[in-house]
Amino acid sequence: MISLKIDGKEIQVPRGTMLLEACRKAGADLPTLCYDEDLRLAGSCRMCVVEAKGRPNLLAACVMPAENGMDIQTESPDVVEARKVILELLTARHKFDCHVCEKDGECKLQDYCYRYGVKESRFSGEGPHFYKEDPNPFIERDYDKCIMCTRCVRACEEITGADAINLEDRGHHAKISTAFNGILADSTCVFCGQCVMVCPVGALTSKVSAGKGKAAQNKKVLTTCTYCGTGCTLELNVNNDKVVGVTSNRDREYSPVNKGALCVKGRFGWDFIHSPERLTTPLIRENGELRPASWEEALDYAAGKLSGIKEKYGADTLAMFTSARVTNEENYLAQKFMRAAIGTNNVDHCARL
Amino acid sequence: MANYKDLIASQQGKKGGIIEAFHAIQSEYNYIPKEALEEAAKVFGMSEAKAYGVATFYSYLSTEKRGKYIIRMCESAPCHVAGADAVIKAIENYLGIATGQTTADGKFTLELTECIGQCQATPVITVNSEPIFNVTPDMIPSILSAYK
Amino acid sequence: MEEMRILLKYADQINPESAQDYIKVGGYKGLEKARLMEKKALIEEVKKSGLRGRGGAGFNAGMKWSFVPQDAPVKYVVCNLDEGEPGTYKDRIICEKNAHALLEGMAICGAAIGSDQGYIYCRGEYPFIVKLLKNAVQSAKQAGALGNFDIEVRMGAGAYVCGEETALIESIEGHRGEPRFKPPFPGVAGLWGVPTVVNNVETFACLPYILTNGAQWFATIGAAKYPGTKVVTLTGDIVNATYFEVPTNMTLRDVIFKLGGGIKNGKKFKAVQVGGTSGAFIPEENLDTPIDFDSMGTIGAALGSGAVLVLDETRDIVDTVARITKFFEHESCGKCNPCREGTFRMREMVQKVNEGKGTERDLESILLLARVMRRASLCGLGQAAPIPVESTIKHFKYEYMRKLI
Ligand SMILES: Cc1cc2nc3c(=O)[nH]c(=O)nc-3n(C[C@H](O)[C@H](O)[C@H](O)COP(=O)(O)O)c2cc1C
Ligand code: SF4
Ligand code: FES
Repeated sequence: MISLKIDGKEIQVPRGTMLLEACRKAGADLPTLCYDEDLRLAGSCRMCVVEAKGRPNLLAACVMPAENGMDIQTESPDVVEARKVILELLTARHKFDCHVCEKDGECKLQDYCYRYGVKESRFSGEGPHFYKEDPNPFIERDYDKCIMCTRCVRACEEITGADAINLEDRGHHAKISTAFNGILADSTCVFCGQCVMVCPVGALTSKVSAGKGKAAQNKKVLTTCTYCGTGCTLELNVNNDKVVGVTSNRDREYSPVNKGALCVKGRFGWDFIHSPERLTTPLIRENGELRPASWEEALDYAAGKLSGIKEKYGADTLAMFTSARVTNEENYLAQKFMRAAIGTNNVDHCARL
Repeated sequence: MANYKDLIASQQGKKGGIIEAFHAIQSEYNYIPKEALEEAAKVFGMSEAKAYGVATFYSYLSTEKRGKYIIRMCESAPCHVAGADAVIKAIENYLGIATGQTTADGKFTLELTECIGQCQATPVITVNSEPIFNVTPDMIPSILSAYK
Repeated sequence: MEEMRILLKYADQINPESAQDYIKVGGYKGLEKARLMEKKALIEEVKKSGLRGRGGAGFNAGMKWSFVPQDAPVKYVVCNLDEGEPGTYKDRIICEKNAHALLEGMAICGAAIGSDQGYIYCRGEYPFIVKLLKNAVQSAKQAGALGNFDIEVRMGAGAYVCGEETALIESIEGHRGEPRFKPPFPGVAGLWGVPTVVNNVETFACLPYILTNGAQWFATIGAAKYPGTKVVTLTGDIVNATYFEVPTNMTLRDVIFKLGGGIKNGKKFKAVQVGGTSGAFIPEENLDTPIDFDSMGTIGAALGSGAVLVLDETRDIVDTVARITKFFEHESCGKCNPCREGTFRMREMVQKVNEGKGTERDLESILLLARVMRRASLCGLGQAAPIPVESTIKHFKYEYMRKLI
């Protein structure tokens, strides 16, 4: 254990603890943009800087190990000045359209500007534009709002392993890009949307949810994805009793299986819920046409057909193929039905959708 | 012209040597063609996105086609105070292109560079990395007409 | 005061590629001696010589080596030949005149830390030096001079930031040259994650002479706290725009007026920027300062790479600084916010002032941004980028003021 002072408070932490954690332990709330506890450290946004007595430079707390005897100030005038200037630099490149932004109310840049009273930037000259037109149906890439935290790049690499995006160019021309700055469909992108999950601002958003409710207006309902047997935890975003989106819950306690990570179906494949094309009654095919029927009629019809086939051709001419989208209990019942009621072992499952 | 696959293979033994491979490709092609970058990424076990990130990071590497002769004008402070601006203008006028462009016949590309470490003889330009010293605007026609 | 040639003593008298030539003038004796010493004693000897890094940070070389864990199975010796600091070409000169001193120095370091693999990272602007060094390594191997120590030469591709040691390591690994945060320092986790010593060309090239003549001998040359010689390169409005090897206690005035022959065309001196483009501008009244690391520090400057850019009375300071801000805008790697956005906005604002469109508020903003970049940037590039701006606003404020609206 080592001891250090944070905002005047003596605390003890194990050797190797980063200052960020030590500060949080001491009750200091450090702003962070590039830091993400599931990703490799970057230490690049410099929002988490703190002042250490006797050191000329400010220290980025997320990548600086705590040292014995350090005397840290987390909101000294110099620290606040640095954070304000960094925010002003970022706001100078960030396209501000908060009123129509999907992230409004859940945006770290917005929150920190509010916290430090940054109303406008003194750095307001020209700058390069990075918006990327990308015709894919899932992910909007408005890099005019990008703050270059590179969390998306790291998530793509480390969580998904798709390696679809990286950086192009350097200096203030640098931007997030696929190989040859192409569109996602031409890259190794699998549209899992982990990049959307980790983006702290509105640069990466879901096209499927666009315009259906801002992040802060939606109620978040914790549930389990029904697509496959993995059982990922996700949050249904509900607005006016309608599902308008899916977001991740990254809390390990709630999301032990997937820690927030989802696949394209879980994250973007929910729009069937309120689809007018969705089936609401059973249908029976007659003379090549489907007609609505009651459950009673449909079940009788199916039972009759199954019994008929079994009598005429034998039980082993029938088989059951169940879906990953139904629950374990339903799957259990399905095989039980085939074995006990029909009398065959012809049971299979698609395992994954 | 050597095949880009052979050029890349010649550097394969160097751990992390993708930049060496890019140099080898550029020494033949003057830029890194798309297929060559994809091949290099494969050989060095790197995603294409990352390899592209590397190729676009360094100012001496290019993923866009360039001329046969790449002229670089140093505009760092020592060359700047020695009159680099006037030399750039003279080159632009002589070639009829702006900095960053390639002549229509594909012969010359004009780029700016930072210090190339020949500050004993400013201003300096390089043509395909060969430095030319103490350049003045009126020297430009005779210097460049020597490149066929 | 005069030049004092140690590294460049046999300049143009020996073929820099030839190990035989180098051996004839006493070369590879230091390595022989080093190999007979205990590792600890060897590091102690280098520490005692007082040799400090010639790449800019001025860290004691032996001390740096002593941080390398002795028991690590693989370690590397890396030579920093990126030399991107504008106005600097001393590492090129050392290679062109005495390349084997560099190779021998690297091998001595290898003996001290227990490494048998060295890398030289040479900037992409010097393809001819890459060739020269490859031939020199070949020649040394043929002469059996390096023993089991191997050296590979890698070439950069036009990125000033790759002179920063961790960016350099990233570049050798085949990545974008973005600096890593420190700690961990390269001495503990460097190239491919293993302990790595990174030193400048000139630092390595001093070692053979220290080993041959003894630490004591070296420690008494030049300034006590930064002993030895320094190769400086003079550029700008100076009569002798060339390189000199000088003892480190020589004053700036002597460098400029005695060796450099004073200001060109009979003009008067206005300012000198020492240490390359990231260095401070120094006015006339501070010229009697010795060039060593600590003395330069006392006047708010840094010896840096040893580049000396002299400006005469007719020069426009703001215009020169505006050009310098463009350099940093172009060379920022783009990883951290204060530097990526800051170098860009700094160039914008200084250019605005230079074009006569700036106000006092712009000047205030420039100083505020400078302060934050200097203290909050991730690496030395962003930290040093504001120095030319701040130092000229300090010493030559009237030049800015007269351009304001
Ligand atoms: C932006 C930047 C550029 C640098 N460029 C060089 C360089 O070109 N050559 C060099 O030797 N050191 C350079 N350095 C310093 C290195 O990071 C490192 O301190 C040095 O190579 C260590 O060697 P030394 O102790 O022998 O000086 C640079 C540092 C920074 C921050
Ligand atoms: S200070 Fe500049 S060069 Fe260094 S890491 Fe930050 S952006 Fe890159
Ligand atoms: S959170 Fe620490 S630098 Fe970004």
